[in-house]
Amino acid sequence: MAIRKSGWAKAWPPMAVLAGLLACWQAAVTWGKVDKWLLPSPLAIVQEAIQIWPRLMEHTEATVQLTLLGFAGGSAVGFVLAALLHLIPGFRSAVYPLLVLSQNVPIIAIAPILTMLLGYGLLPKVLLVTVVCFFPITVAMLSGLSSPDAQLRHYFQMIGIGKWQLFWRLELPHAIVHLFSGLKISASYSVLSAIVAEWLGTNKGLGAFMLISFKGFMPDRGYAAVFIIVTLSLTLFGLIVLAERIVIRWQPVKEVE
Amino acid sequence: MSDKASIHAMTTLQVRGIRKSFGKRAARKEVLGGLSLSVADGEFVSIVGPSGSGKTTLFKVIGGLEQPSEGEIWVEGKQTTGERGHISYMPQQSALLPWQSVAGNIELSLAISGLDRKAAKLKTKEWLERIGLDDYADAYPHMLSGGMLQRVSFLRALLAPQRLMLLDEPFGALDALTRLQMQQWLMSIWDQNRRSVLLVTHSIEEALFLSDRIIVLSASPAVVLEEFVVPFERPRSEALWTNPLFNELKQQIYELLKAGGKEANE
Ligand SMILES: Nc1ncnc2c1ncn2[C@@H]1O[C@H](COP(=O)(O)OP(=O)(O)OP(=O)(O)O)[C@@H](O)[C@H]1O
Ligand SMILES: [Mg+2]
Repeated sequence: MAIRKSGWAKAWPPMAVLAGLLACWQAAVTWGKVDKWLLPSPLAIVQEAIQIWPRLMEHTEATVQLTLLGFAGGSAVGFVLAALLHLIPGFRSAVYPLLVLSQNVPIIAIAPILTMLLGYGLLPKVLLVTVVCFFPITVAMLSGLSSPDAQLRHYFQMIGIGKWQLFWRLELPHAIVHLFSGLKISASYSVLSAIVAEWLGTNKGLGAFMLISFKGFMPDRGYAAVFIIVTLSLTLFGLIVLAERIVIRWQPVKEVE
Repeated sequence: MSDKASIHAMTTLQVRGIRKSFGKRAARKEVLGGLSLSVADGEFVSIVGPSGSGKTTLFKVIGGLEQPSEGEIWVEGKQTTGERGHISYMPQQSALLPWQSVAGNIELSLAISGLDRKAAKLKTKEWLERIGLDDYADAYPHMLSGGMLQRVSFLRALLAPQRLMLLDEPFGALDALTRLQMQQWLMSIWDQNRRSVLLVTHSIEEALFLSDRIIVLSASPAVVLEEFVVPFERPRSEALWTNPLFNELKQQIYELLKAGGKEANE
C-alpha cells in the first residue's frame, strides 16, 4: 500500500498541471481569438474521437503492431550487437564509430530508400523502426558491459573465472540495469518512428491518419490521433518501468523525495 | 631432485625470487625486487609493509593476474606461475554481487573454484548456520552490515577447495571495534578449519594476534626485510595485548618498518 500511496503522491502534481493546461486551452478556444480550424478545443477533439472511435482503433492497432515489431527487433539487434562488440576483440573499436556515424543520417532520408528497396509492405516500416531503436540500446548495454565494479572484476579474476563466466555472471547482469535506460529511450523512439514510417505511402496507422486529417482540414481528427499517440508512448514507457521493477528487485529501495 | 619435491609437498606456497616491473624504458619502475617467501601447510603468515610497497601486486602475481618479470610461483608442489584458479581470495571490499543473495554469492564462487553445485549448496548452508548467518542466506548484500559482509566474504574464501587463502587487508574498511571482533571471529573459525593463509595487513597488532609468522617487506622495490616467528600459544585471547613479549615484537617490527621506509625514500 505504501508504494501505491507514494506513487499517487508523485503522480498528482504533473496531472494537476496537465489539467490546468487543458482548461486554459479550452478557455482560449471558447472565449479567445484562436481559430477553430487551426486549433480545435479539447472537448471538440474528444467529441470527434468518440464519433470515429472504431476507425481510430483500427489505425491504432496497425500502429501498435508496427511499434511493437520494430521495438522488439530493435531491442534484439541492439542487445546482440552490444554483446558482439564487447566480446569480439577489436570489433568494438572498428565498428562503434561507424554506428555513431549511422545515427547522423536522418530517418526521413532512410525511409524512401527502404521503400524503394522493399516496397510498401510492413517489412520496410518495421526495419525503419528497428534502425531507430537499436542504437540507444547498444550504447546503454555497452557502457554497462564494460563498467562493472573494478573490485568485483578483480575478485573474480583472482579466483580464476573464465572469460565466458565473467560475461554471464558479472558483465551481463550488471549491464541489465543500463539496458533498461536504453529500453526506455528506445520505447519513445519506437512510437515516433512508427508514426514517421506510416507517412510513407500507406493509409493504415495513426501516422497516416493524422497526415490525411490535417491535409483534409479536419484538425480535430488529427489531434485525436495525437492524443492516442501520446498515450501509446506513455503506456509503452510505463510497461518498461514496470518490467524494470520486476527484474531488478535486488536493488535497495530508494526513498521517494 | 626427490628431496626438493618432498619439500614442495609440505609447503602450500613458494614464492621464489619474484621480480615485477611496470612501465617501459625511462618510466620503468621495479615494484617487487626479487621476493622469496613460503607458507607451510596449515600455516598463518602475515605480510606487513609500507603503503605502496607492492603487496597487492604480489597477490596479483600469485593469483596469476600478473606475469612476473622474473621468478616462479609454486602452489601445492606445482609450478603455477601466471596460472589462475589455484588460490582462494578475500579482498578488502567484500566484493559480493549485488544481484545475488548471500547464499547465491557463496555458491557461485565455490562453483567457479571448482566445487560441484550440489556440494557447494550443502557446504554453504551448513556453514552459514555455523556462523549464525542462516537468517541472511536469502538476503541481498545491501541488507547486511559491513562486518557481516566481511564474514560472508571470508566464509566464501574459506570454503573454496584450494588450500591457500590470500587475504588482502580484509578488515581495512571496518571500524576499530568491529575489526577486533572480526579478528577473534576469524581466529576461531580458522581454528576449526585450518588452511594455509597469507594475510596482508597494515596493523602490526593484527598480524601478531593472528599469525604464526610475520614477514616484513621494505618499501618498493619490495624485498623481505625480516621474518618474525610469533611464539604465542593458540587459542589466543585478548590477554595477549598486555603481554610484554607482544609489545616488544610490536616495537621491533614498527622500528623496522620505519627504517625500511626511510631507506627507500632517500
Ligand atoms: N598496473 C600497474 N601499472 C603501473 N604501476 C602499478 C600497477 N600496479 C601497481 N603499480 C605500482 O606498484 C606499486 C605498488 O602497488 P601495490 O598496490 O601493489 O601496493 P600495496 O603494497 O598493495 O599498497 P597498499 O598498502 O596501499 O595497498 C605502486 O607504486 C603502484 O603505483
Ligand atoms: Mg594493496
